[in-house]
Amino acid sequence: MATLIKKTKRSKSVNSIWRQPLAVVGILIIATWTILAVFAPWIAPYDPNAQDAEKFLTPSAAHWMGTDELNRDIWSRIIYGARISLPYSLLLVVLSATLGSVIGAISGYAGGKVDSFIMRVTDVFFAFPGIVLAMAVAAALGPQIRNAVIAVTIVAWPVYARLVRGLILNAKQNDYVTASALLGSSALRTLVVDLRPNLSGPVFVLASLEVGNALLLLSGLSFLGLGAQPPSAEWGSMVSMGAVNFDRWWVGLFPGLAILTAVLAFNFIGDSLRDALDPRTAKALRD
Amino acid sequence: MKPVSGERKTRKRPLSGTGFTPFIIRRLLTSILLVFGVTFISFSITQLVPGDPVAANLGQSAYSDPEIVAAFEKEFGLDQPVPVQYYRYITNLLQGDLGVSLSSKRPVAEDLKEYFPATLEIALVAVFLALIVGLLLGIISAVTRDRWPDQIIRVFSLTGVSMPAFWTALTAFYIFFFVLGWAPGTGRLEPGGEPPPTVTGLFTIDALIKGDFQTFRQAFSYLLLPAIVLAIYAVGVLTRFTRASMLEILGNDYVRAARAKGLPEFTVIRRHVLRPALLSIITVAGVAFASLLAGSVLVENVFSWPGLGQYAYRAAVGLDLPGIMGVSMIVATVYITMNLLVDILYRIIDPQMKDSA
Amino acid sequence: MNLLTVENLTVTLATGSGDAQAVRNLSFNVGHGEILGVAGESGSGKTMTALSMLGLLPYKGKASGSIKFDGREILTSSKREYRDLRGKEIAMIFQDPMTSLHPMLTVEVQLTEHLRHHRKVSKDAARNSALELLATVKIPEPAAALRAHPSQFSGGMRQRIAIAMALACEPKLLIADEPTTALDVTVQAGILKLLHQLRKERNLSVMVITHDLGVLSSLTDRIMIMYAGSEVESGLTTDLLRNPRHPYTKGLIAALPGNSASNSKNLLSIDGMPPELGNFPTGCAFHTRCNYAKESCKGAIPEVTNLNSTHRIFCPINPFSEVTSAGSQS
Repeated sequence: MATLIKKTKRSKSVNSIWRQPLAVVGILIIATWTILAVFAPWIAPYDPNAQDAEKFLTPSAAHWMGTDELNRDIWSRIIYGARISLPYSLLLVVLSATLGSVIGAISGYAGGKVDSFIMRVTDVFFAFPGIVLAMAVAAALGPQIRNAVIAVTIVAWPVYARLVRGLILNAKQNDYVTASALLGSSALRTLVVDLRPNLSGPVFVLASLEVGNALLLLSGLSFLGLGAQPPSAEWGSMVSMGAVNFDRWWVGLFPGLAILTAVLAFNFIGDSLRDALDPRTAKALRD
Repeated sequence: MKPVSGERKTRKRPLSGTGFTPFIIRRLLTSILLVFGVTFISFSITQLVPGDPVAANLGQSAYSDPEIVAAFEKEFGLDQPVPVQYYRYITNLLQGDLGVSLSSKRPVAEDLKEYFPATLEIALVAVFLALIVGLLLGIISAVTRDRWPDQIIRVFSLTGVSMPAFWTALTAFYIFFFVLGWAPGTGRLEPGGEPPPTVTGLFTIDALIKGDFQTFRQAFSYLLLPAIVLAIYAVGVLTRFTRASMLEILGNDYVRAARAKGLPEFTVIRRHVLRPALLSIITVAGVAFASLLAGSVLVENVFSWPGLGQYAYRAAVGLDLPGIMGVSMIVATVYITMNLLVDILYRIIDPQMKDSA
Repeated sequence: MNLLTVENLTVTLATGSGDAQAVRNLSFNVGHGEILGVAGESGSGKTMTALSMLGLLPYKGKASGSIKFDGREILTSSKREYRDLRGKEIAMIFQDPMTSLHPMLTVEVQLTEHLRHHRKVSKDAARNSALELLATVKIPEPAAALRAHPSQFSGGMRQRIAIAMALACEPKLLIADEPTTALDVTVQAGILKLLHQLRKERNLSVMVITHDLGVLSSLTDRIMIMYAGSEVESGLTTDLLRNPRHPYTKGLIAALPGNSASNSKNLLSIDGMPPELGNFPTGCAFHTRCNYAKESCKGAIPEVTNLNSTHRIFCPINPFSEVTSAGSQS
C-alpha cells in the first residue's frame, strides 16, 4: 500500500515538473553545464592551465571571455570549473542531507529526552553564523575544496534534521505506523520500510533547494581563499582574481555568471518541485 | 477551553495576562542557554579540527624558537588542557571578558566594539531596504498570482537569492564606481576622513548627533552600495516569503467573508490579509537581519568595509579562537534576541495566541 | 416576482487535471421573504452555487447562465457592480464561525466596515447600528462585545456575530452556507430560531445550504436537493419530505437518524461515495448508486418531471411515479 501511494505521488510530481517552464529552463541549464563538465577536454578551446596567451586580453573571437592575469583562457577555465563546482556542491548536499536525516530520524523516532536534546542542538546551529563557523573549520583543516565541503556539511545538516523529525512526528500519528508497531515490527524496520517513502520526497525537494545554497557557500569560501586553491579553475576563486583586478571586468564577470546560472537553475528546479508537492509538505519545507 | 456561550473572557490587556511574565522568563532562560550552546559548539568544533593557532599567528622564525612558542602558548592559555581552556573562557565570559584575540593581540570585546557597528550600520540599512522592496514585490506577486507580474517577480526574487554576493559586490563596484563614478569607493569614509566622535559607532548616526551633515552625507554615500548589495539576497527571501504567507492567508475563510461584505479589494488586502501576514513577515525579517550580519563577510571583503565580516575572516584564517568565538557569540546573540523579540511581539499583537496560550 | 431567479447556471472550476463542472444547468428561484433550503452531500455543488451569486468563485472559477436578482441580471456584472451588491443586497454567512471571523480585528471593525463603506455613514452612526444588530442577534452586553475580538466568544456567539455582520446593510437576500454544521446541537436550534425570526421581522429572503436535511425541515419553505452539480428534486418542504419521489431524496430522508430508528429494518444508507469533481458519471449522475437504475440511466440526461406546480424531479425512469412507495414514510 505504502509503495503504491509513493509511486502515484512521485509520477505526478515528475510529470507536472515538465509543465513548469522555470523547471524546464533549470533542467536545460544544468544539462548544459553537465555536458560541458563531462566533455570539457573536447569542448574547451584551450588547456585551462596553459599560460601561453597574453595576459588580460579582452574578450575576442580567439578568447571569448578574455584571458586572466596568468595568460589563461577564461572560457576554458570556466568549462573546467564546472567539474569542480557542480560535483562538490552535489556531494555536499548528499552528505548534509544524509547526516541531517539520520539525526532527525533518531530524534523524531526516539522522542523524549533524546529528541529535546537533539532539537536544542539544532537550535544552537540555527543561531550560529554558518559561514563564520565554516570559515573557521575550513581554515583549520587547511584550505582545500574537500575541507570546505566538510566545513559546510557541519553547518548545513540541521535543516534536514528538523524536516525529517517533523515528518516522522506527523507520520507517527498515522494509523499504519501504529499498526506496524503493534504488529511487532522493529523500530528500524518501521523507520526504513514504513516511513522512508513519506520522507524521501520532501527531503529530496529540500536537498534540491539547498544545492544552490551549497554552491554559493562553497564558491564563497573559495573566493575568500578558504576553498579550492590555485591553479585549480574553481569559479569562486576565479572571481577573487577579478576582485584583485576589478578594472578588468571580464576576469570576474564571467565566472560569477557561471555561478549565477548554475545556482539559479537549481533554484528553478527546487522551487518548482516544491510547488509540485502537496501543499502541506510544501509548507513544512518553508517553515 | 471556550467560554460558555454568553460569557466573555475578562482578560484586559495582554501584558497583565497571567502567563506573560513566566513566558518571558522562560524564553530568556532558553535564550541564555542557547548562547552558551553556541560557545560550546564553536569551541568544540574548532578544537576538534586540526590546525595550529600558534603556527598561524607566529612568523616562520619565531615558530621555530621553542621559547617563543611556549611564551605565546602561556600568554593565551593554550598550554592548558582543553576543558580548562573552556572553563576559563566561560568564567571570563560571565564577567564580560571575551578573551584576547590571537591575531590583533587586543581584547576581543574591544575589537568587536570597533568592528560590529560598521556591520550593523550596513545591515540595518540593508534590512530596511529589503523590507520595503520585499514587501512591495511580495504583495504585488500574491495579488496578481500566476499572472505576468507574479511570474516576473518570481524569476526576479529567485535571481536575488541565486546571486553570489561577492560577485554582485564586485560587479556593482565596477559599474557604479569605476564606470559611472556614482559610488565613492571602498571603506567607510574618504581616505583621511575624520570619523565622528563615537557614540553608537554608526558613523551616520554619530555624525547626526554631532550635527555634522557633511560627514553624515559622506558616510551615507559610502555605505549605500554595500548595503544595497547586502540587501539583494534578503529582498529575494522576503519577497518569496511575503507572497507565500499572503497566499496562505488569502485562502482563509475570513478573507472570503471580508470579500462577501463587498469591501474594496484594497481594503480586503490591507486590513484582512496584510495585517496577519505582517506578523510572520516580521519574524522572517528578524532572522534575515541576523543572517545579513553573517553574510556581510563576503560583501565587506570586496568593499574593504572594516566590519565584523572582515574581522571574522582574519580570525578564521589566523585560527584565532577567541576572535571566532567572539564573532559567533555576537551574531548568535543578535539572532537569538531577534527571535525573542519576535516571540514577544507575537504574544502582544495576536489576540488568538494570547487566548490559546 | 421572485427576488432571485437562476437559470441554467453552470460553474466551471480549474482543478489539477483540467476544468471541471461543479454546477450543471441549475435553475431555481427564491421568492421575497422565502426560505429556500439547498441540500446535498459534499461536492454536490451547493457551495459553488452560493458563491456564484456573489461573484466569489474560487481562483480560476467561471459561471455561465443567468442570475437575475431583483429584476436585474447580475451574472454579467463587473467586479465593481458585484462589490456594490455584496454585503449590501446579498449577504452571506459561512460554515465555520471559528474561521470566518477575522481573528485580529475587533467585532466593531468587522460589524461596521462594510456598513461604512456601502452606506457612507459616520463612525458613531455605524457603532450605534452595530449595537442594535448585536442586540437583535441576542449577544449579551453589546457595548463590551464591540471592543472584543472574536476569539473571546463561543462558536454559537460567533455565528450570531457573523449573522449580525451579514445583516448590517439590511440585505434582501441572506445566503447561509451550513450555518449550524460547526455548532453543538443545542446551539444549532438557537441559530435556526434566529434565522426564522429574522425572516419574519425583516421579510428577508434566505437561502440555506446544508447537507443536513434535519436542519431544513423546520426552517425552510421549500427545498432543492442537489447531486453532482445538478438538481434532482425540489418542492415545498412538507411535500418533499413526506413524499420524496427521487431515489436519492428517498435515500437521504431514510438516512435521517429519526427515521432509521422508526424504520430500522429499512435503514437505507446510500451505498458508495458521492462522485468527485471532474468525475461526474454520464447521464443521470446518480445511476452508479441508485438501486433502481436501469441501463438507460447511463445515457440519458434526466428530463424534468413536474409532479405538481411546486414539486419536480429529474429522474430518467421515475420509479415512484404512480404510487407512494412502501419505503417512504407518512
